[in-house]
Amino acid sequence: MEFTFTPENLNRINEVISHYPEKRPAVMGVLYIAQEQNGWISYEVMKEVANVLDMKEEEILGIVSFYTMYHEKPVGKFHLQVCTNVSCMLRGGNKIYDHVKEKLGIENGGVTEDKLFSLEEVECMGSCGTAPMIAVNEDYFENLNIKQIDQIIESLKNK
Amino acid sequence: MEKIVLPDIKDLHLIDVYIQNGGYTALKKAFSQTPDDIIDQVKKSGLRGRGGAAFFAGLKWSFMPKTSSKPKYLCINGDESEPGSFKDRQILEFNPHQLIEGTLIEAYAIQANAAYIYIRGEYHKWIKLLEKALADAYEYGFVGDKMKEKLGGNYSVNIYVHKGAGAYICGEESALMNSIEGKRGYPRVKPPFPAQNGLWGCPTTINNVETVANVPPIINKGWEWFSKIGEPKHPGTILYGLSGHVNNPGIYELPSGTLLTDLIYKYGGGVPGNKKILCVIPGGSSMPPLRGEQIEGIKMDAESLKAAGTSIGTAGIIVMDEDTDLVQVLARIAKFYYHESCGQCTPCREGTGWMLKLLNRIAKGEGSTHDLDLLISVASNIEGNTICALGEAAAWPVRFMITRFRDYFETRVSREVTIPVANKVHSMRHTEYPLAPIKD
Repeated sequence: MEFTFTPENLNRINEVISHYPEKRPAVMGVLYIAQEQNGWISYEVMKEVANVLDMKEEEILGIVSFYTMYHEKPVGKFHLQVCTNVSCMLRGGNKIYDHVKEKLGIENGGVTEDKLFSLEEVECMGSCGTAPMIAVNEDYFENLNIKQIDQIIESLKNK
Repeated sequence: MEKIVLPDIKDLHLIDVYIQNGGYTALKKAFSQTPDDIIDQVKKSGLRGRGGAAFFAGLKWSFMPKTSSKPKYLCINGDESEPGSFKDRQILEFNPHQLIEGTLIEAYAIQANAAYIYIRGEYHKWIKLLEKALADAYEYGFVGDKMKEKLGGNYSVNIYVHKGAGAYICGEESALMNSIEGKRGYPRVKPPFPAQNGLWGCPTTINNVETVANVPPIINKGWEWFSKIGEPKHPGTILYGLSGHVNNPGIYELPSGTLLTDLIYKYGGGVPGNKKILCVIPGGSSMPPLRGEQIEGIKMDAESLKAAGTSIGTAGIIVMDEDTDLVQVLARIAKFYYHESCGQCTPCREGTGWMLKLLNRIAKGEGSTHDLDLLISVASNIEGNTICALGEAAAWPVRFMITRFRDYFETRVSREVTIPVANKVHSMRHTEYPLAPIKD
C-alpha cells in the first residue's frame, strides 16, 4: 500500500529536522510520526521516510529493527505492554501478564481477531515503585491487581 | 532534612511557581560569572554523576576544550531503563524547570551550541510534561534567542528533546550520541572520549538528568553548602528508589550515606508480612547483589557501597524477601541483558544468551553444579571484553549472585529440594537471628 505523509505531518517533520544540524537525526522522530499516521512501519513507510530524509531504505530498516518501539507488523487498536522485569515480577507482574494472555487468548506479539488488542511482554518501563504495571498504547496504568486489569480491558472494549 | 531536587512544593512544575520559589535565579547568577568559575564551583562541590558511574561532574565538564573550531554539544541522559530505576521521571514530572535551569547553566559552563535532552520513548507522558515546561521557559525568555535580552550577556542556547524508542543500551553515553545522530544505538570504542569526539564528531558532554538538576542549588547556595550534605566523598542528596518487597515503594530523596536498613525499614516501611530479607540489589539490576544478613550498617553512597562489594549505580534498591525464588529472579535479569545486548561484541552477544539458557535450565530443575561454575566462567569471560559496560552489567548479577548465594544455588541444582526448603536451608546457615520454626 502506497504511503505518503499528510501535509500537516510534513510540517511536523520539517520542525523535527530543524532541531539538528543535518537531516538524518530526525529519523527517530519521523518514524514516530509515520507510525502515528500508519499504525505500524511497513516497507512502504520505510521507503517514504528514506525519501523524505535522503537516506537509504536499508538504513531505515536498520533503525526500525533496532528499536523496539517501532512496530514492524500491525498492532491492535490498543497495544498492551506488560512489564515482567524484576521489580514488577516481585510484585506480581507475571500474574498480570499471564492473566492478560489468558483473557485475550493471545501470546506475546499476538493480535486479537477483532484487531482491538495486541500484547507485548516488555522490559522495565520505569514503574518499579508502582509495580505491577501495564501500558496501553502510551498511557501507564500502575499499582494493578487482576480485578483492575479486567476493568481496564472491559472499558477499552467499549471505547 | 532539606530536599534539593524534589522539594515538597505544590505545583512546582509550573513555571510561575518555580520562579516564586527562587527558580531561574541561579541561571542569572551563573551568567554574571565566567564559565570557568561555574566549572570550578561544581568541581569543588564534589557533585558526582547520578547515572551509575558516580563520576565527578565538574571534572567531566573541565574535559571540554576551551577553544574549538567545531560546535560543542551537551546531552542530558534521561534514558533511565535500568530495572529498579525510576527517579528521572519524578524530576520530569515534579520539577522539570530545575532540570532545564541546570541544563542551561551547564550549557553555559561548557559553552555548548545546543543541548539535547534524551528521554526514553516509553516516557511519553513525561516527555509531554517536559516539552510543556520547555515551551514555557522559551516563552519567558530563559531559553533560546531571547536569553541575551532577558539575562544580558552574549550567550544563548537551544534545548531540544530527543525521544528514544526502547533500547536500554542508549543509556550508555556513546550509544546515546549515536541514537541522537539517527543511527542504531551502538556504543563507540573509547578513546576518543566524548569531550574530544562526541556528537557529530564534536566536543560533547553527557550528564544524567538528576546530576544536572543538582546544579542550580549549587550555584545559588554555594559549593560549600552542598559539599557538607551527606557523605563528604559523595555529597548531596540522592533520589533513592525502593522497589520489590517493601511496604512503601517509591522515590526517597535523602542525604548520601543514608543507611540501607533505614531506607528499607524506616522509610520503606519494612518488608510485607515482616518477612526476612533474602537479597538486596542496591543500585539497579546490574549491580552486585547483597545477602540479606549483609546489609546491616551499609551506607548508601559510592564509596561505602564499593567497600561493601557492590556499587551505587542508579540507587534503585530492589528488595527480595525470604520466599523469593532467586533462580527465577536471576534468569529474568539475564533475559533482560540478553534482550538488550546490542550485538556488537561477541562475548556479550553470545554470552548473555548462554547465561540465559543455563539459568532457564536451572529454573526448570534440570541444572547441575557444573552449570553454576559454567555460568561464572561465561560471566567472567564477558567482563572486560566488551566495548561498553553492558558486558559488566550483564555479568555482575550472574557472577555475584551465584558466588554470594552459592549455598542457595547448590540446593536448587540438587533437584531434590523444593524452593521453600532451599530458602530455609539458606537462612539457617547464614543468619545470626533466632530461627522461626520451619513451616511447610
